[in-house]
Amino acid sequence: MTDMPPDAPIAPPPKSRMRLALESDVFYTFRRSPVAVISALVVLVLVLSSVLAPWIAPTNPFDPSSLNLMNGFTPPMEPNAFTGETFLLGTDDQGRDVFSTILYGMRISLFVGVAAVTFAMILGITLGLISGYVGGWLETIIMRTADVQLTFPSILVAMLIFGIAKGVTPVEYRDQMAIWVLILAIGLSDWVQFARVVRGATLVEKNKEYVQAARLIGRTPGAIMLRHILPNVLSPVLVIATISLALAIIAEATLSFLGVGAPPTQPSLGTLIRIGQGFLFSGEWWILFFPACTLLALALSVNLLGDWLRDALNPRLR
Amino acid sequence: MLAFIIRRVGQSILVLLVVGVVAFSMFNFVGDPIDNMLGQERTAEDIARLREQLGLDRNFFVQYFRFLQEAIQGNFGVSYRQGRPVTQILLERAPATLELAAVSSILAIVFGIALGVFTAIRRDGVLAHVIMSASLIGVSLPTFLIGILLIYVFSVELGWLPSFGRGDVVDLGGWKTGFLTASGLKALILPSITLGLYQMTLIMRLVRSEMLEVLRQDYIRFARARGLKDRTVNFHHALKNTMVPVITVIGLQLGAIIAFAIITETVFQWPGVGLLFINAIQFVDIPVMAAYLMLISVMFVGINLLVDILYFFIDPRLRADRTGGH
Repeated sequence: MTDMPPDAPIAPPPKSRMRLALESDVFYTFRRSPVAVISALVVLVLVLSSVLAPWIAPTNPFDPSSLNLMNGFTPPMEPNAFTGETFLLGTDDQGRDVFSTILYGMRISLFVGVAAVTFAMILGITLGLISGYVGGWLETIIMRTADVQLTFPSILVAMLIFGIAKGVTPVEYRDQMAIWVLILAIGLSDWVQFARVVRGATLVEKNKEYVQAARLIGRTPGAIMLRHILPNVLSPVLVIATISLALAIIAEATLSFLGVGAPPTQPSLGTLIRIGQGFLFSGEWWILFFPACTLLALALSVNLLGDWLRDALNPRLR
Repeated sequence: MLAFIIRRVGQSILVLLVVGVVAFSMFNFVGDPIDNMLGQERTAEDIARLREQLGLDRNFFVQYFRFLQEAIQGNFGVSYRQGRPVTQILLERAPATLELAAVSSILAIVFGIALGVFTAIRRDGVLAHVIMSASLIGVSLPTFLIGILLIYVFSVELGWLPSFGRGDVVDLGGWKTGFLTASGLKALILPSITLGLYQMTLIMRLVRSEMLEVLRQDYIRFARARGLKDRTVNFHHALKNTMVPVITVIGLQLGAIIAFAIITETVFQWPGVGLLFINAIQFVDIPVMAAYLMLISVMFVGINLLVDILYFFIDPRLRADRTGGH
């Protein structure tokens, strides 16, 4: 070690993580893709405004004392006939400010979406790693279950799980638990994708030399799976997670729209659309229109971001 | 080939048995149906009587065995909510869903394949680009928003088409059809477009990408060099060879159409099994949920099996591989 040849290349000083990220290929393709930049901006604005909803929203739609029934059905940007108050996006039947309900609703939509995908991801990665690395009868059980579940559309699986879980929870807790049941249902309906991809990648990685080396120096299977294999199978997982997020947001909205999701006391975007549909025929279009547009913008931009990420992380397309 | 079919049938039966266990477990895990049925004013005698009447006082295995026995005969018990046999309710509702699904599938398949072939052959045309961009939006729009949009345009603004229900129906020996009346046909238009649109875009994008792949092959170039007409090359040589993956997806999507009918039926208040299922979830009506689950599993598993067997008839190469030699 000490007698290095004098002409050995001098290692450049280590770069900070920020510099590494900014100079990476992925960031380069990101800057070059206007669709990706715009969708990222839209997602950022929507996420920030829903996180900061309590500070941004003009009213708290869940605080009954701030509501005035006289404000009901105020069209957007027009003063109310009785109270003279003006609302940016109008009000619904109970006089709730539509803009505020959207901000709070998006908060619930995003929370359910992110939590469900995180849950599906953790479950899928764990089961995928185990079935890929350990194999045997565990693998058979896990992958057969995945096959059976894949036979059915995930929205149907989510509905069934929601129905069963709703039946299990006592009546007085149903509304409080609805959000968590929703996360469980969407998460459980979505783990198969993750498990399949992680298992496939694990099967490839486990025969590589670094894994054999780790095994030789006596690392435990758990450590090998988490410390050695997992970091190398993460990039496809990231792509699936982004696309799953868009699907989970749509799934949540669909379930809530059908009345088997977020309750009216904690409305998500889907619940708001469900409420708004009732006023479609009487001409109060804004109660439906603005939540629908928000949902569309959110789902579309997350989807486009996922598409871009898939192409950016796919070495064959470079 | 026979061995393959037998193995696939065996797998299908296994899947159905597993689903059966899930369906049956719902009865055991999910609350006490007596609570749901009797409401607030109940006496101990009422509870005991109903418990015995519904067979809820037996042990797990007896109940499971009875469930399987009855399920095979198509008996799923009595709806907790409506108090009528579930099978009867499902049979009443099935024609509405099947008619809607049939029309949507035909729309999706016909327009999907036609547009897919068109966008592949005229891949650089303006119209093809417009169709492709529109399909991207179609894929990201949630089904229920498409339905609401159609209702808004064609029912609220234009007033041309009904926004809910299935119009007048004609009773053909228990099968209530909407195909024979003008209002029934009018009522079908919006729901079937809503239900078929997603599948149509999916089929279209698949046909297009498969066609583009095939059109690049040597034998297509050779067929053109032989001086065959464009039409012959495109339809006889190219389209035929794209059909195997397309038929797989179409088969699987037929099952999905039945499932997604739940959403469309709710938007349009279409009186089919999907709407029944959603109401069953809202009211935790377990027998209806279990029966619907079994019904749709039989359909999905059956379709999967059919698609697998169809391969043998569409693609002679598969037949040669499996029966000869090995």
